[in-house]
Amino acid sequence: MLGVQLAELLDGVPPGVGEALDLVTGFDDALVHGFARLSEERATALTSLAGALSATPLGGRVGEAAGKLAAGSVAEEHLTALAGGRAALFGAVHDALLARLDTALGRVRASWEEPPATPALAADNLLSGCRSWLGELAITGWRGVDHDLVSASSQTIEALLPEPGLRRLAVLLDGLAAELRASCPVGTVERLPARRWADLWTRALLLSQAGGLPSASGAAGVVSGRLLILGVDVHEHGTAVQMQVHGILEPADGTPSRLVRTSVAAAKVDTIVGPALWRLLEGYPALLGALAGHRCLDVTDLPLLGSGDLVWHDDRARMGEPVDPFATARLQLAGALAPAVPPLDRHPVRIAEPVLVEGYRAAADGTLDLGGSTLAVDVDRLPACGPLTPKLVASSSACIGLVRWDGGRWLLQPLAVQTTVKRQTVEVHTGDWALGPTDPKVVKAEARAGDAVAVLRERAGRLLRR
Amino acid sequence: MNTDGAAWEQRSVARVVSPVQPRKLASVPFVELADGRLQGVVSSGSDIARVYVSSITAGTHAFNCSTNNNRPCGGLRGSPCKHLHDLAGAAVLQYGLDQVARYLHVEVGDGADLMSCLNGRHEPTPGAMVFSRFLRHLSYLELPDTTEPIAEMHWFPAMGAVR
Repeated sequence: MLGVQLAELLDGVPPGVGEALDLVTGFDDALVHGFARLSEERATALTSLAGALSATPLGGRVGEAAGKLAAGSVAEEHLTALAGGRAALFGAVHDALLARLDTALGRVRASWEEPPATPALAADNLLSGCRSWLGELAITGWRGVDHDLVSASSQTIEALLPEPGLRRLAVLLDGLAAELRASCPVGTVERLPARRWADLWTRALLLSQAGGLPSASGAAGVVSGRLLILGVDVHEHGTAVQMQVHGILEPADGTPSRLVRTSVAAAKVDTIVGPALWRLLEGYPALLGALAGHRCLDVTDLPLLGSGDLVWHDDRARMGEPVDPFATARLQLAGALAPAVPPLDRHPVRIAEPVLVEGYRAAADGTLDLGGSTLAVDVDRLPACGPLTPKLVASSSACIGLVRWDGGRWLLQPLAVQTTVKRQTVEVHTGDWALGPTDPKVVKAEARAGDAVAVLRERAGRLLRR
Repeated sequence: MNTDGAAWEQRSVARVVSPVQPRKLASVPFVELADGRLQGVVSSGSDIARVYVSSITAGTHAFNCSTNNNRPCGGLRGSPCKHLHDLAGAAVLQYGLDQVARYLHVEVGDGADLMSCLNGRHEPTPGAMVFSRFLRHLSYLELPDTTEPIAEMHWFPAMGAVR
């Protein structure tokens, strides 16, 4: 990303974004206090949200739902309609922001093609269990949430988790429930993550509609070629971890290179943190080896989803020659075709566009000055399972990162940096410890703690012995 | 849009649960705030084959420590045993003092120790429930991996490199 591109990105907010977000804020405030007893002001906020959608296919339903809620009647279908309305507003915000980013970067993006329909998963009981818990939350409002209401979700989540087709919903609900539990009793908490929890609630309600969660498998073509890694983005909450690798695929059939993502995810317990996370993913030696060794991967017949996600099969990949991610970014990033975004996933939180930034001045306050424009670095997003630290970012001269947007501003999430240590140029990547830490201090600490999974299993075995 | 960003309340990604600090799992393999208790599984300091179930009830601060077949811990002589101290220590590491104190309904003054602020009595409680919750906790580790993208995880970035 060049200085002029950053200047264009930061040049004002796309029209309508501020207004759309104000409507969402009104909805989120209503959810804080619950839909059971809406004040006049909050009922008006819902009506305004419905008004903004009146010219859309959702208009009728959302309008009716806002009216019913204002009159004091709360039914599941009305909550669903409002969740749909809120998601549609964010979809529009997402599109405006991503279009701005693509224009600034000169990035060409594929258009979405609806995959052939796959049969919906038969899980009506589980899904209706989710919907009724989400309904209770909405009626009560975040302020009224207590331990009993949070615990009411446990059985449903436990039943969702083993279902591969429902994992997305399970992981989402488990993450939300853990945050609510940690904040109980929510009524006494000073400030609430109102936008965040409303996001998670909305998403969960949409995913728990019958047929709301399309199965990814089956709906894809397959590709072969060379995968050049740019970096890895680490996602984690107490009971789940996902490593999402960003890279460039050079298809074997000679079609143009494309930007792709590929993900591996595992369930975990909250006490497994830091570099130990990688051990949960030992079943993917080729991918982890390529991350740790900065190598490319030769892949054969991997499913490629319309979202640009390669569905990883480690046995269909072979580690190839060493390839420097910075070289990949310099040579290939500008020309690669970016993937479309699936309609349901259109939310600003999913914007994570890989860029190469260099020739900047890093300031002590965690910002980069690039040709007179200032880009904030999201240093919170540096994972503890890798060697990249805020200090290294602050002393860096080049950075591969993901451009993100949150809280009304653009941010850069570093995945790798080039920096100078003892007059030598070194590279540090978030995935450098994929095969185990390389920093002797961290190796020692890990050795002292032992293999968490093995320790837990051994201790549990002592319980069952007698 | 200032450089501090919009209000925290209007962020989609915000830290709500503080990251768990790494701790040695061998001495306290499991700790949780659930069922109205701070409860968990604590290893015996002397016998590698033995584990205890220890708990402190919210509100009353009644405590208990027993083996898995409900034999009371020999260290309980009217006051909390070493296992209960270990349990509390692990809970504070894992959840932070604020959250543990809030759950147990106890005021812990600046610099004070959690255990010294409790004034409950020994009350036997069945340990089987805690054991089964520990096993349920471990069942996460038996779930299959997945390589289908979980788009929802974008709301849950790994945050924690404060080194």
